[in-house]
Amino acid sequence: MRRLALPEEILLTIEKPARYIGGEVNSVMKEKSGIDVRFCMCFPDVYEIGMSHLGIQILYDMFNQWDDVWCERVYSPWIDADRILREKGIPLFALESQDPVKEFDFLGITLQYEMCYTNILQILDLSGIPLLAEERTWEHPVVIAGGPCVYNPEPVAPFFDLFYIGEGETMYRRLLDLYKEMRAKGADRVSFLREAGKLPGIYAPQFYTPYYHEDGTLRAFTPDDDSMPSVIRKELVTDVSNTYYPKKPVVPFIKCTQDRVVLEIQRGCIRGCRFCQAGQLYRPVRERSLTMLKEQAIQIIDSTGHEEISLSSLSSSDYSMLPELLSFLIEECKKRKVNISLPSLRIDAFSLDVMSKIQDIKKSSLTFAPEAGTQRLRDVINKGLTKEVILNGAIEAFKGGWTRVKLYFMLGLPTETDADIRGIAELANEIAAAFFETVPKEQRREKIQIVVSTSFFIPKPFTPFQWASMHPKETYIEKAYATRKAISEQLNQRSIKYNWHEADVSVIEGVLARGDRRVADVIRSAYRRGCFFDAWSEYYHHDRWLAAFGECGLSTDFYTMRERALDELFPWDFIDCGVTKQFLRQEWERAMAEEITPNCKQTCSACGAARYGCGVCLEPKGGA
Amino acid sequence: MMLRVKFTKSGCLKFIGHLDVMRYFQKAMRRAHIDVAYSTGFSPHQIMSFAAPLSIGLTSDGEYFDMEVHSVTGREDMKARLNHVMAEGITVTDIRLLPDHAKNAMASVAAAGYTVRIREQYEQGVPLKEAMTRFTESEHAFYVKKTKKNEITLDLKEGVHELSYENGTVSMLIDTGSSSNLKPEVVMEMLYSYYGKQCGEFDFIIHRTETYGRTDDGRFAPLIEAGEVF
Repeated sequence: MRRLALPEEILLTIEKPARYIGGEVNSVMKEKSGIDVRFCMCFPDVYEIGMSHLGIQILYDMFNQWDDVWCERVYSPWIDADRILREKGIPLFALESQDPVKEFDFLGITLQYEMCYTNILQILDLSGIPLLAEERTWEHPVVIAGGPCVYNPEPVAPFFDLFYIGEGETMYRRLLDLYKEMRAKGADRVSFLREAGKLPGIYAPQFYTPYYHEDGTLRAFTPDDDSMPSVIRKELVTDVSNTYYPKKPVVPFIKCTQDRVVLEIQRGCIRGCRFCQAGQLYRPVRERSLTMLKEQAIQIIDSTGHEEISLSSLSSSDYSMLPELLSFLIEECKKRKVNISLPSLRIDAFSLDVMSKIQDIKKSSLTFAPEAGTQRLRDVINKGLTKEVILNGAIEAFKGGWTRVKLYFMLGLPTETDADIRGIAELANEIAAAFFETVPKEQRREKIQIVVSTSFFIPKPFTPFQWASMHPKETYIEKAYATRKAISEQLNQRSIKYNWHEADVSVIEGVLARGDRRVADVIRSAYRRGCFFDAWSEYYHHDRWLAAFGECGLSTDFYTMRERALDELFPWDFIDCGVTKQFLRQEWERAMAEEITPNCKQTCSACGAARYGCGVCLEPKGGA
Repeated sequence: MMLRVKFTKSGCLKFIGHLDVMRYFQKAMRRAHIDVAYSTGFSPHQIMSFAAPLSIGLTSDGEYFDMEVHSVTGREDMKARLNHVMAEGITVTDIRLLPDHAKNAMASVAAAGYTVRIREQYEQGVPLKEAMTRFTESEHAFYVKKTKKNEITLDLKEGVHELSYENGTVSMLIDTGSSSNLKPEVVMEMLYSYYGKQCGEFDFIIHRTETYGRTDDGRFAPLIEAGEVF
């Protein structure tokens, strides 16, 4: 039997002990003696969330294909286990070997959302690794971050030795080889980090210094010596059909958020919605080949035994071979009694036909994400969806027997007025009215249910809205109330349910998203005050965050409310994500002029990503 | 046709609960390409029936479930294919073909055998051998079971069929199943109570040795015996 780091008395006391024992089907065990580099991969949230993340499964598989590397996993211990680890002084351990994280060569932490930043500190703290990179020695692992949030690494820069900017498949082998070589030579840690920072896509923050103007904005951001690159260019897989993809993903014992086969059909998005960070970061769009996807789907179903498969991408309807892929999956999955779960497809005749084949219409719902209530505001955000498209889709669906509709909107978008908020309610009302007009009374087996959900818009780096200012918390709450009131005034209000997100956390998320290196002190202070699992509303403590800002002498307003000048130097400007600042600025100006920009398949708008020479950038234009 | 599968649960798998073990086997059947029968509808599920749920923290050599299959390849082949896709801690030890009229695994359960050892550092010095004699010789052994709503008095003499002690291990055969269900901890609590001692949550290391059904002549027989070798 594998040795477990936690004694039985503890495992039997805490919730879901399976979070901490490893040993899952397809988890990888190796003989330590043959290993040169031990890599601990971390998702800083609870096991069930972290295990659902495809990116880690891809990298875990890639690392473990290499004979000299053993990659293991660790997740944030839940509140109950966290308390016990601290009380008993048990160091945080990796799931596979159950060895302390501190003994590893690398600790890789994926940053998927800003509200996990305090959990980074929890992981370091429980592992016995100094929170600040500058205090670490060879006694500690090299702590490296990846994921979408590293495109503005500055708020967490002091906590990391390295950041990997871009897609992980390309540069890790060179980084690990450099590590092996320099360790063998007896190099010191700082020298290694400096050399690592010269590899493409790798940012070593301790060799860079930000300088500020008196008003607090950034004056300059420069490497301390000329040998370090002044711009870090994102890494990207140019051929996504001939690369790593896990054939045997780990199958958790306990039910996780994503308890299914996940097939990533493409990376990137052609749409260019102006609020969306992923849509800019992952440009250009690269589709995986049908051959690869068919092979992967069958292999993964066979190796995991999952009862469901789902497609993953930012906009699956835009995948050019979707009909072929779906007809293959429908046939193969029927044989194997595997369900197909479809991500939000654009609702049209094709998707309704597919959905009616694979889902129970009575139980499934239609999802539309208009994001804004009026055509004017949808033009501002470059969301191509029109009211006619939504209504036609809904009418077709009602004819097909669907009765449940989910609508997603954002509140607080740039230029939003009361009319846009009323527009949300009116659109929901019109959809309900369309149901009553389409489906005769005697054919209405079930009541129409429309669920409207709103979240608060948060400007993110590397989007056209990176210049946008946010609102005070009170304004967000007023906007949510105004939405609720507008819905209650509609004729069909009884068919419409309204949900909204909390406002407190949006302000802090806004600061962390566009913060600079000074914000790191606030995160550390918030953590010391007991903040972690901030992404879980029941554990989010707004007062502690405000106290942390007070202690550090920083104001949230500086980061959220301030009008940013068009020529302001941003903390993330030293990163080249492919899309140029000039393009983003042009998009910001077009947004203010309420002008839409065509998608990448229609016209090239010269965003800058074509420099990567792959994907949609190489295709002829003029399509849909 | 209906198969009865016997498996062991040991090591780290003791921390995986009953519902997760059920989910685990559903996935394992797919990995092993067993020709399981499914229910109809939009979300087909495998037709399976598990015997007596095992609490988290217990290990077992005698776990069972029944499953309906469309075809079989051979007992050893199916066993090998399943064991090839098992996680460390679960091993399929036998597969049998059930006769048409057989009751399903869950309905068949009548008793289970357990061994109980005292966990190191939790030894309270209860003279178990002596306690056992007292239990065996008394006419009744009343135990008050507290539920959320009320208290029920049980006579453990009715539900405990065998009880012995040797080399630091208590062995028992006790009622299990839907009509009468005893937990091994309850029997230990009774024995401790004779000496005014109370036992806590972690005092015992408990292992289920076998799950039994009742034969037509009233005898306890391991559930596997209801099936035939194929």
